[in-house]
Amino acid sequence: MSSSTDLEIINVIKRFGSYNAVDGVSFSVAQGEFFSILGPSGCGKTTLMRMIAGFEDPTSGDIRIREKSMIGVPANRRPVNMVFQSLALFPMMSVGENVAYGLTCRGVSRAEADKRATRMLERVGLKGFGDRRVTALSGGQRQRVAIARCLVLEPTLVLLDEPLGALDLKLREHMKIELKQLQAMFNTTFVYITHDQSEALVMSDRIAVMNQGHFEQVGSPRELYNNPQTPFVASFVGETNRWSGETASASGDAVTIRLPSGATVQGKGQAGKAQSLCFVRPEAIALGTDQASLGNAANRFEGRVSAVLFDGANSSLLIDAPGFEKPARAVLPQAGPLAGIGVGAPIHFGWATDSMKVFAA
Amino acid sequence: MSRPSLLWKFYIAAFYIFLFAPLLVVAVFAFNASPFPSPPWKGFTLEWFIGTGSVFGKPGVLMDPIWLTTILNSLKVAVPVAVLAVVIGTVNAWLLERAEFPGKTLFAMMMLWPLVIPGVILGISILAFFSRLANGLEDFLQTDIDGLRPGLMLIVLGQLSFILTIATLIIAARLRKFDRSLEEAAFDLGASRTRVLRTVTLPFLSPALVGAGLVALLMSFENFNTTLMLVGSDPPLPITMYGQMREGATPAINAISLLVMVAVGGLASLFALTSKGDR
Amino acid sequence: MKPAQRLTLFLLMAPAILWLGLLIILPHVEILILSFSERVAPRVYQFGLGNYLEFFTEPLYWRTFARTAIMSILVTACTLVLAFPIALYIARVAQGRLKAMLLLMCLLPFWVSELVRTLGWMILLRETGVVSYVLQSIGLASQPVELLYNDGAVILGLVYGGLLFMIVPLANALESLEPSVVEAGFDLGGSRWTVLRRIVIPHAMPGIVAGSIIVFMLTVGNFATPVLLGGKNGLWFTEQIYAQFITRFNWPQGAAFGMLLLMLSSIIVWAGLRLSGQSLGTTLRQA
Repeated sequence: MSSSTDLEIINVIKRFGSYNAVDGVSFSVAQGEFFSILGPSGCGKTTLMRMIAGFEDPTSGDIRIREKSMIGVPANRRPVNMVFQSLALFPMMSVGENVAYGLTCRGVSRAEADKRATRMLERVGLKGFGDRRVTALSGGQRQRVAIARCLVLEPTLVLLDEPLGALDLKLREHMKIELKQLQAMFNTTFVYITHDQSEALVMSDRIAVMNQGHFEQVGSPRELYNNPQTPFVASFVGETNRWSGETASASGDAVTIRLPSGATVQGKGQAGKAQSLCFVRPEAIALGTDQASLGNAANRFEGRVSAVLFDGANSSLLIDAPGFEKPARAVLPQAGPLAGIGVGAPIHFGWATDSMKVFAA
Repeated sequence: MSRPSLLWKFYIAAFYIFLFAPLLVVAVFAFNASPFPSPPWKGFTLEWFIGTGSVFGKPGVLMDPIWLTTILNSLKVAVPVAVLAVVIGTVNAWLLERAEFPGKTLFAMMMLWPLVIPGVILGISILAFFSRLANGLEDFLQTDIDGLRPGLMLIVLGQLSFILTIATLIIAARLRKFDRSLEEAAFDLGASRTRVLRTVTLPFLSPALVGAGLVALLMSFENFNTTLMLVGSDPPLPITMYGQMREGATPAINAISLLVMVAVGGLASLFALTSKGDR
Repeated sequence: MKPAQRLTLFLLMAPAILWLGLLIILPHVEILILSFSERVAPRVYQFGLGNYLEFFTEPLYWRTFARTAIMSILVTACTLVLAFPIALYIARVAQGRLKAMLLLMCLLPFWVSELVRTLGWMILLRETGVVSYVLQSIGLASQPVELLYNDGAVILGLVYGGLLFMIVPLANALESLEPSVVEAGFDLGGSRWTVLRRIVIPHAMPGIVAGSIIVFMLTVGNFATPVLLGGKNGLWFTEQIYAQFITRFNWPQGAAFGMLLLMLSSIIVWAGLRLSGQSLGTTLRQA
């Protein structure tokens, strides 16, 4: 198992003055894995990445790549290459020269470097672009050049620092798929950092959710989404309804919570002694025109539609119900009988105990 | 305000005539076949450029050793000034934009001083200081150090004192626009520090380096106020021109001026071309 | 900081320290000291205020000084008035290629040496010059007219030399004025004059200050233009400094004059910055 581990981070701490930017992080990434570090800005993910690349030294802890400690190894000697947030393509060089740059630094002959760069450009779908200026490329093409520039060096690890941030929405959606395909094609280990949970969910094999310098949870996208281990993960990954209230009763992992405005809800998880937080996904909320259509869900309520948020397949409703201080958000299937519902209409909604995650507040 | 009045347009036209009139007459009278650069027009001649002196008693500027040596003197000053200004200016720009050290704000402020000191005063202060230095060293070493006495070497130092500020500002402005992640990317791709400097940083700076060099060359070539105070036995071009103009000009000065204008025009358009790459 | 980094930083600072120390600070300390030394016997000097007293007791000196200051202010004002309509036209009326060309044409003459420009004015203005010749040939004058060697010629030459340094900062400042602000001014019922006075000029103030300071500094420190265009009547203070240093070889006196000129120029720059609340850095950048 350990022989196929490409990157191992062991209890890494980075201190700036008295502030711990990265506070005791440990994880490992397997060969060929697409690993994402997801967190809000300022959570320490950029610092962590710069330590892996070699631009910062950890205050303590170890960074190992294929079993070899990287402490004291400068960035230009590490088998790690980085795709920068700004892409950092060299504007004074052509596309081909950009891709060949790392090879010539290694002492590969000009002719050989050019040949390999041309072949790499072909593989990323930029055949014949070698002589273009980098300024003459589109956003997506620049992205591919930046990745080709790293991959041509056959690094153990490619680091990607929110490279899709600068693209517009349509292109970003497209590049998510393309990046994933490139990674699969080259079978290179990718470590990707982002604050965009959808990028992380779509592309990654595993995701680490980072907050205030430490990892909240590491797991597959499905695990994080369905079984968040902390309130932070539950609210940061994916859309969710979040309520807090008093713990009314708890037996085993079944918890009943009374919301401040009166409603009582039932969920599963670790309740707090007095206060608890509960989360339920909008798609877990069933809708119906009457009580009966909700079946035997443990949580059943009646309310009125306060807003219809139409967004095609992602459409949802906001529902005001007595006993809830905040409206509940529920996915509105556009193929169902409720598709045409309007504001003010009475509605029944409910969810199963299993769908509601409870954490101590 | 979008529709300019006729009066305004007329004023603009008059202004540009005013702006170019002196240059035009200088150029025109360089070709006048007369011993004086004055009307009336006595016919076209190239005598003031390439004449042997048989017609007006004075040779044309390209044949006259006085003018040729004075141009050479100017180059002997301008080239070292330009090279030093670019090299030291680059180091200074790096200090301003990249380095952190105590007293940096003071340094940044002091750097601007030479621009607010009149050139004559820069000249006399450097003259006085280096004379004292030379006198002190003479007493101590029992030899006179020529370089510290008025002469080309001192002119180079005097001109550098303020041209360095300008070179530094030009280069620092370009360095400020540099995206540091380019350097990190090159380093990340395996380049050594010197290779990063050679392949990424300097190519990015090069338009500013060329620009600063050309500006320094030009300012040195044309400087009068500071140079006047530091000149020794081998005068650069502006000093010689000034001397001849006081004595009563011959069209030879027009001829040399025209040559300077053409050279400067060439340099300036070169500068305009290189700085176009900036934007 | 690691010792190696410290050494690198020191090496990189060395040229700047040498430059500012040897070429700016120490030379100015030197003339300050020199200005307070009096010659009591050949090659023997002692501390004293004699050089400054000499300045106030000899009318030629302080009159030349006052004349230089007043004429410089006059030149600055004339340059501002002449340059403003041009800058306004370049910044707000001219478009595209015309604009670029007008600005370039302003810059061109100033790439040419000050001496060449002055030579041009001499050829135009002197008794046997072009203007005199034209006036005679169209019958406006019956004999050669001497237009050189008077205050008018000096002012003309100095204004000419300062124009560019006024136009560029003015045009930059005017450029940044939002067209909609001007339109709003008209829309609210302002006349051309009111809009100019209440909106355009206040907006251009940083440019006006920057341009004026630079033109004043260049004018006060000018040497060739007043000497060549004014002749014996030029009487510029820099000429006095030159005479003391080079002709009379009385360096302490020349140093005292230098300090006075430096003070004059610094005070005006400082006052200009104070009045307009600008900093030196931003002002120079404007230019």
